[in-house]
Amino acid sequence: MTVGLAHYLAVAAILFTIGVFGIFVNRKNIIVILMSIELILLAVNINLVAFSVYLGNVTGQIFAMFVLTVAAAEAAVGLAILVTFFRNRGDIAVDDASVMKG
Amino acid sequence: MALQAIAFYLMAAVTLGSGIAVVSAKNPVHSVLFLISAFFSAAGLFVLLGAEFLAMLLVVVYVGAVAVLFLFVVMMLDVDFAQLRQGFARYMPLGGAIAGGLAIEMVLVSTAVATNGAARLNDTPMAAGAHAPLGVTNAEAIGRVLYTNYVYFFQAAGLVLLVAMIGAIVLTLRHKPGVRRQVIMDQVLRTPKTGMRMVSPKQGEGTDA
Repeated sequence: MTVGLAHYLAVAAILFTIGVFGIFVNRKNIIVILMSIELILLAVNINLVAFSVYLGNVTGQIFAMFVLTVAAAEAAVGLAILVTFFRNRGDIAVDDASVMKG
Repeated sequence: MALQAIAFYLMAAVTLGSGIAVVSAKNPVHSVLFLISAFFSAAGLFVLLGAEFLAMLLVVVYVGAVAVLFLFVVMMLDVDFAQLRQGFARYMPLGGAIAGGLAIEMVLVSTAVATNGAARLNDTPMAAGAHAPLGVTNAEAIGRVLYTNYVYFFQAAGLVLLVAMIGAIVLTLRHKPGVRRQVIMDQVLRTPKTGMRMVSPKQGEGTDA
C-alpha cells in the first residue's frame, strides 16, 4: 500500500469540508469562523504542494507560499476588525453585526 | 515504504482529527490549540511530500505567528462563549449533510484526477528532480524560480503584508483623551515672541504671571 497522490488529495478534500462544516455550525462565533477559513486555506495548500511534487513542477509550492502570505494578512486584518468590533459593541455576536446594512 | 505509509496515515489522522476538534471544541482556546496541532501535522505531511521549505514556513508563519495571534485575541476578549454556541445543534444536520456531500464529491474527483489525470505520469513523488538538477535542495529549487520568474509576485506579496500590517495598526490604534503628546511642529514653530512675555513689575510687589 504505497501512498500516492490520491491519498493527499483525499486528506485535503476532507480537511476542506471540515472547514466548510465549521463555518456552518459556528455561525455566531466569528473566531471559530476565521479558524475554519484557515483550515480551508491549509487544505488548498496541501493540494497545491501535492500536485507540485507529483507533477515535478516547483511552481505549485510558490503558489502555496503566496496563499500562505494572503492567509496571514487576512488573519491579521480580520482579528483587528474583530478587536475593534468588540471595543465598540462589547461582544462579538456576528448576527448582530448589521450596522452597515443599508 | 511501509514506514512512509504509517507516517502518512498517522499525520493525516492527526490533521483531520484536530480539524474536527477545531470546529467542535466548546472552548475557543482549545480550538486554537487544536489548530496548532493541525498545522504541525500538516507540516509533517509536507515533509513526507518532500517540500521541506513549505513545511518550515508553515511551522514558523502559522504556528509561530498566526496561531499565537489567534490565541492572544481569544484570551484578550472577554466573551461569553457558551452563548455563542447557541444554534450549534440546530445547524448540525444541514451542515453535516452539505459537508458530507461535498467531501464525497471532492474525494471522487481527486481520485479520478490522481488515477487518470496528468499527474498519473509521475507515480513517484520527489519527481521534482525532473526539472531541478540532481542535488538541488527543495529550498534552492524554490528560490531559483521565485527570485527569477516570480520576482514581481514576490514583491507584491510583500506589499500585501505591508498593507495588512498598516491596516491592522490603523484599525486597533486608539487615541486616549487627556494624554499629552509631543507636537514637534509646535516646538519648532516657537519664536521668542510666543515663548516670552515682557513684564515690568513694581518694586517689591512681584508679578502674578
